[in-house]
Amino acid sequence: MTTDTLAPPANPTDTDRTTRPARPGGRRARSAALTAFTWLVALVFFMPVLWMVLSSFKQEADAASNPPKFFFTPTLDQYAAILNAGTGEYFLNSAIATVVSTLIVLVLAVPAAYAVSIRPVGKTQDVLFFFISTRMLPVVAVIVPIYVVAGRIGVLDNIGTLIFLYTAMNLPLAVWMMRSFFQEVPKEVLEAAQMDGASLMTTMRTILLPMVAPGVAATALLCVIFSWNEFFFALNLTAVNAATVPVMLVSTMTSEGLFLAQLSAASVLASLPVVIAGWIAQKQLVRGLSMGAIK
Amino acid sequence: MHITSPHSARPPEPRGRTPRARAGAALAAVATLGLAGCGSADASEEEIVVAIVANPQMQDAISLQEKFEEEHPDINVRFVSLPENEARAKITASVATGGGEFDVVMISNYETPSWAENGWIENLQPYIDQTEGYDDDDFISSIKSALSYEGDMHSVPFYGESSFLVYNKEMFEEAGITMPEQPSWTEIQDIAARLDDPANDVSGICLRGLAGWGEVMAPLTTVMNTYGGGWFDEDWNPTLTSPETTRAVTDYVNLVQEHGQAGPATSGYGDCITLYSQGQTAMWYDATAMVSTIEDPSSSNVAGQNGYVPAPTMETDAAGWLYTWSLAIPSTSEHKDAAWEFVSWMTDKDYIQLVGEEVGWERVPPGSRYSTYEIPEYAEVSEAYAEPTLTAMNNATQENTFTYPPPFEGIQFVAIPEFQDLGTRVGQQISAAIAGQVTVEEALEQSQAYAEDVAAVYQRQDGE
Repeated sequence: MTTDTLAPPANPTDTDRTTRPARPGGRRARSAALTAFTWLVALVFFMPVLWMVLSSFKQEADAASNPPKFFFTPTLDQYAAILNAGTGEYFLNSAIATVVSTLIVLVLAVPAAYAVSIRPVGKTQDVLFFFISTRMLPVVAVIVPIYVVAGRIGVLDNIGTLIFLYTAMNLPLAVWMMRSFFQEVPKEVLEAAQMDGASLMTTMRTILLPMVAPGVAATALLCVIFSWNEFFFALNLTAVNAATVPVMLVSTMTSEGLFLAQLSAASVLASLPVVIAGWIAQKQLVRGLSMGAIK
Repeated sequence: MHITSPHSARPPEPRGRTPRARAGAALAAVATLGLAGCGSADASEEEIVVAIVANPQMQDAISLQEKFEEEHPDINVRFVSLPENEARAKITASVATGGGEFDVVMISNYETPSWAENGWIENLQPYIDQTEGYDDDDFISSIKSALSYEGDMHSVPFYGESSFLVYNKEMFEEAGITMPEQPSWTEIQDIAARLDDPANDVSGICLRGLAGWGEVMAPLTTVMNTYGGGWFDEDWNPTLTSPETTRAVTDYVNLVQEHGQAGPATSGYGDCITLYSQGQTAMWYDATAMVSTIEDPSSSNVAGQNGYVPAPTMETDAAGWLYTWSLAIPSTSEHKDAAWEFVSWMTDKDYIQLVGEEVGWERVPPGSRYSTYEIPEYAEVSEAYAEPTLTAMNNATQENTFTYPPPFEGIQFVAIPEFQDLGTRVGQQISAAIAGQVTVEEALEQSQAYAEDVAAVYQRQDGE
């Protein structure tokens, strides 16, 4: 926190003005070109999502047509087919796995991150490296041992197994993320709290957590997205009782016959909860950023 | 946790708290495991879990499960339905490691012999013999023998397929071309060149080019076989660089590059289905199962205007492949009798009748039973393709499709466990050749090197 002793950085537009003659027309054209380019890039990135939504209202033959059809008679057949196929259970499983694992991750990661950032001990760096090193091994390399162990102790096709794995999968990331948010907290604030006689729990609850709320929201959102979209463990370790939404998505695909429209409808339904979670977390993020001492 | 004194300064926490924190984490982990321990099945009725491949005919079976449950109120059936690759990986992992999630699995004639040998799946012959009216002599003979190990059936066919060539009759008439009754690949090359019309977005032929042992390598292997080449000779020597195999692969790659569909290196069965049913290709050599899509007016623009001829040949009498999706019971199943009830229901003659009446005769799972082809309603809807399908199935034996007796089972695949990996790696080479990244010779030399590693194992076994 030494920025206040440095001179503010020079404003780049000031430099422009001193070195180049002002050409408002040219700048406006450049700005318009940049806006157009931004729109183009945004559209290119948004196109697959738009196409998915459009395809979900098509009949299979329309969805598979070449050249692609932009105009067609919309239908809700695909949504009806997905909803009638008993997809509720998949959504319920996904919701349980996502919410429970995210809560456990937060409960474990917030104190852990507090410890490694605000009260570090001798080997903290090693601990942090150990955390992140657990993410370096590709999941596919350990799926067979995990599968065999889960089979032997009888927890295949069990939502608890997924919760356990998703917690393990997201915990290192959450600790690292929360650590960076805790590091942003000025030491003076904590010292002031201690001077006023606040206990650790009080400091945590009334000072630290509100200050890192945007961090908690961002971390939770990331954990929710990762758990909700997780496919590999879900595919390999579940069958009927614990199958999650990504497994449902892939089961609408077939190697013989057309499936694009139905897959699109299923995908739209599958992405809705994540979009909603993102929207909620976004509000939280903005609120968190606009309050407290970090501003 | 209230261990810290509020007035203590910044220095690290007393060491004594770390073990407690650890204990907390451990507790949470145990709680999670505890959660993992719960979950139970309803004891009053028997639940069986069926893992199947998500193809249209299997989806029909799922939609008809109520009928089964009406007849068997004490058995509750639950399906896991996945696309071919995912299903194969999952079922293989489960059965090979004794995972035990499934009571019925859908496998093929690729897995059945070796899984039976390993004791992973039940011998179904005793069940078949005890089930009245379950006529196993009615199964198409080439399929029945492909699913038998030491004379006993270890899986029973749900549907079977061979390969043949479909062509768009209207395009042939317009161009004044007549399709020979048994075309050779040379004739097909010539016809494809004449019908290729890039200006109108119509290709002469569609052939798979997508890497994968179940994609490009399936049709290509039948071409290699009929040219007199193949994967291994009688003594397990790899023959991927032999003159016959080289000629076959060169012809295939040239044909699809010059007169095939756009983007051939990435098109598989699904892409060809789309192109052919949209009328964007004049011919297509692929699985007989294609008829359920291309003859269905709701998904195809060319329904009713297709002609079918046997797989093109060169040095052999026939060249079609043999493939079947069949049902087996893993040895780990704890509900074998209930599982057989379901397996026999789904592969019985009555099931064919049920699908015909409830879902539609064009949706009947073909190629498993001779009796299917004697049903008048089915004969009517399948007039254009029933005969070619049955002929292709009957001719799909190693005797008809190879120029030599191979040391392995299978026509479009080599029924050894290593083949999934070998076939896919060779498929990647071929796909690269189709994309023009390497020459056919380079692709085959690399493939030969892969095959030599695999061959060494079997040559040693033969020597012992």
